[in-house]
Amino acid sequence: MNTKLKFGVGAGIILATLVALGWVGAKESKTYYHTISELSTLNQAELRQHMRVSGNVAPGTIQHLPGQIDFVLVEENNRLPVSYTGTDPLPDTFKDDAQALVEGKLGPDGRFIANQVQAKCASKYEVAPTPSGK
Amino acid sequence: MDLFGSFALLLAFICAIYAIAGGILAIRTRNPFLIKSARNAGIAVCALIFLAVASLVYLFLSDNFSIAYVVQHSSRLQPSFLKIAALWSGQEGSLLFWSLLLSIYVFSVLWSYRDKHPELMPYVGVILASVQLFFLILNNFIANPFKLIGTVGPGGVLSWITQPDGRGLTPLLQYPEMIIHPPMLYSGYTGFTIPFAFALAALIGRYPGEKWIHLTRRWTMIAWCFQSVGILLGAHWAYAVLGWGGYWSWDPVENASLMPWLTGTAFLHSVMMQEKRGMMKVWNVWLVFITFLLCIFGTFLTRSGVISSVHAFAQSDIGPWFVGFLIVILSVCTLAFLKNRDYLKSDNSLDSMISRESSFLFNNLILLVACVAVLSGTVFPVLSEWATGQKISVGAPFFNRINIPIGLMLLFLTGVGPLLAWRRTSADSLKRNFGMPMAGGLIAGAIAWPLGCKDLFSLACVILSVFVTLTIVLEFYRGAKVIRARAGGNLLSSAVQLTLRNTRRYGGYVVHFGIVLVFIGISGQAFNQDKQMEMSPGSSMQIGRYTLFCQLFENVPGPNYTSERVSIDVERDGKQVMMLYPEKRIYGDSDEAGTMVAISSTPREDLYVVYAGRSPQSDKPVIHAYLNPLVKWVWFGGVVVVLGTILALIPNRAAAIIMQAAKQPAPATAEQAIPAGVHYDGSD
Repeated sequence: MNTKLKFGVGAGIILATLVALGWVGAKESKTYYHTISELSTLNQAELRQHMRVSGNVAPGTIQHLPGQIDFVLVEENNRLPVSYTGTDPLPDTFKDDAQALVEGKLGPDGRFIANQVQAKCASKYEVAPTPSGK
Repeated sequence: MDLFGSFALLLAFICAIYAIAGGILAIRTRNPFLIKSARNAGIAVCALIFLAVASLVYLFLSDNFSIAYVVQHSSRLQPSFLKIAALWSGQEGSLLFWSLLLSIYVFSVLWSYRDKHPELMPYVGVILASVQLFFLILNNFIANPFKLIGTVGPGGVLSWITQPDGRGLTPLLQYPEMIIHPPMLYSGYTGFTIPFAFALAALIGRYPGEKWIHLTRRWTMIAWCFQSVGILLGAHWAYAVLGWGGYWSWDPVENASLMPWLTGTAFLHSVMMQEKRGMMKVWNVWLVFITFLLCIFGTFLTRSGVISSVHAFAQSDIGPWFVGFLIVILSVCTLAFLKNRDYLKSDNSLDSMISRESSFLFNNLILLVACVAVLSGTVFPVLSEWATGQKISVGAPFFNRINIPIGLMLLFLTGVGPLLAWRRTSADSLKRNFGMPMAGGLIAGAIAWPLGCKDLFSLACVILSVFVTLTIVLEFYRGAKVIRARAGGNLLSSAVQLTLRNTRRYGGYVVHFGIVLVFIGISGQAFNQDKQMEMSPGSSMQIGRYTLFCQLFENVPGPNYTSERVSIDVERDGKQVMMLYPEKRIYGDSDEAGTMVAISSTPREDLYVVYAGRSPQSDKPVIHAYLNPLVKWVWFGGVVVVLGTILALIPNRAAAIIMQAAKQPAPATAEQAIPAGVHYDGSD
């Protein structure tokens, strides 16, 4: 019993440490999913969250500017202007009409500032959207 | 030919039902004819699936564009080996491919044990056929690869059509790794079905003892090896193809492949406790059940689109089927366990904290914690949505904070475990075995720190890696010394002899060494650098000890693409080393782009160069260069792991009996002359 108790204590310490580390890691990287239509319903605290929004790239809206790439994300009838400010190149699948997932924060002017953009092929049955901004 | 294939699938489905029903009847009645007939049905299932796959491959190679699946993944100009690989590039075909690999394993089991273990094999056959039945249901009725393309004409008449050409494989899949990664990974996933089937069969059939472990050990090791290779190939593909400079991003699909690997590794170790000391019987049975469940869960995650990920198959309705299958498996396992668990009582219990049992227990504990952590992090969005209505995801910091300490603990145990004795280790033995390796590790750390290794985790990794390597070397050395003393020869040939007499143990040490190399490679990430700037012909960029000179920027035509390519002259420490050609390809009709990364790889570091497109203002090429230390060690470590596994699979060479006139009073038994921990016949 003594040995089992010792093992239990050792296991407990390891578990407690790892759970604590996990807690910290989760807080550091928590990202909320929101749809574009939800964004207008968020309160002040929620607007400051690190979030992910998905939608389709509106055709013709992709603009390459110094230090950022602007485009508009649409979801049904909702439009969201996005600025991607990450350093990594955008994925090869990122183009008009592509399904895209942007991660970042909503800026004060309603423009979404993304530090990461993932894009999927517009076609079905397909593989490998690629991430960037990691 | 499509009729032939779909008919073969249907027949396989029917045979699987017979294999199950007949098999259950055979178990009940113990009728030898029924037993044999059910087993033959099981073999027939495998043969029929093989025929279905062969016909699908034929359809691809013969450019049959009346089949929807062929049109989606192939085209006339596609090279033949890519036409074959297209087999597993979509939902329907990859499910069939899964069935094929599973059938190879099932056939090998049914054939190897065809006239043996009659108390166990009928149960095994029923279980294996049931798993195959699930995938056959999917391929026959939900996701049939032989579907024809049709249109509805005037008057609502359906007619079949044949396309002139197919859409072709998406460019992102036209790489060597994508050709080999799915086969390797699927061979891992499907392979774990075998130990699962035997464990469940032994439980249901109240088959006593550890025999099921012995019978399946080879298959478990093979499946584990394929899984390891599959994971590393996936990482290599992400690194060499995707162009973001890294090889692991804790993406849900990556995690899906890692989880069964974690529990599979735990299983490979804890079965040793059952074999040697009759402990952990309940634990082992559940560990292999969970490993198999995680394999099915893994493919469910990848295919169902329930968690958004980089590798997305289409959002499909195949998810609920997998959920149902997972529930069925879990129910059967739980019922069998509840009914028969009394025969799984342990023979022994833990004697001391400083024992090999204890190190295995800790090994299992932290591998399971890692698995739970990865699982929670992966399904966090689903869980949080259930719990709070909000979909929340966690990222790399969560996974890294938990798994890096776990990795270091595992590394420590890898060195410690083999040196601890079963039951109890004395303080003297500890000092004797650990002193030198630990000292070596600390010295290595003391050297690494001033050399620039100032990241705490990387430093710990260096110390522990050297520690583990020295313990492994010591193991080989001690055993080889004994053999040399008795049989002559030099240390090297003695070490070879030693290994061949207990391939499982010493092959395992080689695998451990491979893992150490992988860990060293991973620890290099703490020192990654990167730099991005515009370059034009004549300009240069400095990163680390490399200088990159941009020579040319041009459009280069290819067979089915045009590419924007930058020619870069690379100098290292002032000396010209090589040319690199990062480019971006635009594939003709589909207008899809593909970034080709250029990598210069040495054991010390990788120079990784990406052409990031034209700068919007100046139209000049933007080059993003990464300096990633030690990446090559990860791939090389993987090779060593595979070699170690192959070594461990070789059957033991029996110990030679040496007839020699006694020069001194001979020891009473061979055992006495050998230091504790090394047995002459190689057993532990």
